[in-house]
Amino acid sequence: MKFSIMTRAAVVALAMTVGAAANAADITGAGATFPFPIYSKWADAYKKETGNSLNYQSIGSGAGIKQIQAKTVTFGASDMPLKADALKKDGLVQWPMVMGAIVPVVNIEGIKSGELFLDGVTLADIYLGKIKKWDDAAIKKLNPSLALPSTNITVVRRSDGSGTTFNFTDYLSKASPDWAKTIGADSAVEWPVGVGAKGNDGVSGNVAQTKNSIGYVEYAYAKQNKLTYAALINSAGKKVQPTVASFQAAAANADWANAPGYYQILTNQPGDASWPITAATFILMYAEPADKAASVEAIKFFDWAFSKGNAMAEELDFIPMPASVVTLIRKTWADSIKNK
Amino acid sequence: MTDFATRAVSIAPGSAEGREKALAAFKAGDRLFSFLTKIAALTVLAMLGGIIISLVIGAWPAISAYGFDFLTTQRWAPNARPQPILGGLGPLYGTLVSSVIALLIAVPVGLGIAIFLTELCPQWLRRPVGVAIELLAGIPSIIYGMWGFFVLGPYLADSLIPGIIDAVEHIPVLNVIFAGPASNLSLFNASIVLAIMILPFITAISRDVFSTVPPVLKEAAYGLGCTTWEVVRNVVIPYTRVGVIGGIMLALGRALGETMAVTFVIGNAFRISSSIFAPSTTISAAIASEFAEASDLHQSALILLGLLLFVLTFFVLAAARLLLMRIERKQGS
Repeated sequence: MKFSIMTRAAVVALAMTVGAAANAADITGAGATFPFPIYSKWADAYKKETGNSLNYQSIGSGAGIKQIQAKTVTFGASDMPLKADALKKDGLVQWPMVMGAIVPVVNIEGIKSGELFLDGVTLADIYLGKIKKWDDAAIKKLNPSLALPSTNITVVRRSDGSGTTFNFTDYLSKASPDWAKTIGADSAVEWPVGVGAKGNDGVSGNVAQTKNSIGYVEYAYAKQNKLTYAALINSAGKKVQPTVASFQAAAANADWANAPGYYQILTNQPGDASWPITAATFILMYAEPADKAASVEAIKFFDWAFSKGNAMAEELDFIPMPASVVTLIRKTWADSIKNK
Repeated sequence: MTDFATRAVSIAPGSAEGREKALAAFKAGDRLFSFLTKIAALTVLAMLGGIIISLVIGAWPAISAYGFDFLTTQRWAPNARPQPILGGLGPLYGTLVSSVIALLIAVPVGLGIAIFLTELCPQWLRRPVGVAIELLAGIPSIIYGMWGFFVLGPYLADSLIPGIIDAVEHIPVLNVIFAGPASNLSLFNASIVLAIMILPFITAISRDVFSTVPPVLKEAAYGLGCTTWEVVRNVVIPYTRVGVIGGIMLALGRALGETMAVTFVIGNAFRISSSIFAPSTTISAAIASEFAEASDLHQSALILLGLLLFVLTFFVLAAARLLLMRIERKQGS
């Protein structure tokens, strides 16, 4: 990737804000907002145990990738994995850190969490602007017993590029041929309708604030902000609620061992119990780090998180990586990252 | 009598040689001072030039990829294949329309406040109202954004906007401009927030220039039996036109570039809608939302938008200058 003068200026400016709070024992990282709740929880516990602190800037997946490419941070974090050849080109090592889920959130008077059911096609049609009102026949058909108002749907989506958007639109592309043909999956897409909000917290705030709205956020954001979430109908045609069990069912399908660079997208997985919009979030580090001491400290933190952080992850409804995958990742660290 | 020059550098008074030396030292000092101020002035020009050059360099990939189509394309599809389709029409439209609506609201209100303060207001009320207006200018823009998001947006969408939509439902043209559905975040909401933000500029400058009108002119008009309105209309405003227009242009400059408050309340949608109650976006809001995550052509297009804003603001100021020059010439003849 070529960098223009403006990019460098922007990266330097960001690096200054990132670097300002750092000191020698700090681990610096930047990227995805999706795993921010769990990374900050781990960081708190890690600081209490070891005295080392983690300085994680949740500035978005794309920005995280840029920061690590500009070498202003020790690790980058992204919800959109880089493909193996891109990793090779930049000399980066990538692994999944934790898994989570994205849920549709709604604000409709009288409707509680989990009462409203949507399927991929309906969700895509709402985001395409084809379904304009909550009492549309397609929504009524999925929810015959719910009293849905005849009001316009306010669609809320991200205004910034985002790994959450990537996984959400990837799911819509798999579930709806219309969506795949006209919009597609990416971290920023050409939204046909809706208002744009910045970050998972921006979407949460907008949905909480706007009557008759719908948005999509990482599950922890929905839970912490006490938003009403909708349940989904998965690829097996079964109704599923967003729970750790349904997230785990989807995650269990992933074949990490045979994915070069751990490149795996977990949306629309088969299985009766699978939550359809599940995603892993990834860490990026250099195979040959410029600052080896910092790299060692970062790996220590991730190692600690894998061995002691699982309970904390589950508390926030993130799904820890399975033990077998952690073994693989530890081997990747030993083989690929030259810290000595 | 002491020679001040020699005294200042503490050389033996009366010595001709010492005096010459002292004067030479002054001359050198003067030259150094003029050199330093010149450097300071040139730095501004160099920075301005540097900003333009880096904007043009950064925008070049987008300029060569899209050319003039950038100004006429409404689609903003950073993920289109094989290459992104990016057009600046949406943000350009949003920037101009939100600023114009803001001016339509703020100019009459601002002038009204200024006229009240200078012509009609009882002495004891002048200071509190004046200070309140100046405080409005000191509120950080993010606060306006939050207020617009949490308070104004829901109020407009629940109370005011549905009423307007119903009222104009059967009136042609108006029912297109004021069409539903009502949305918390809209071009209209952003325009109102902007109007409140630029109000202090218009008021403060108008008030200052209104108070420069010689009392004798006003007294003469009142002596002829003019009403207050006639005095304001025929004496105060014509006398101060230049200053008032200057204040409005300054306000327009602020409205065009305002970022944070607008990003909060405009809805960040690139589509152009005929209704002002629909979400929209502005150049600065688009850059603020997307810059961190953009790369390659997408990023270059955002820089090009920045360049356009730069040029737009430049033309607004140039037009203001031209207007003022014409008024001055007319008054001179």
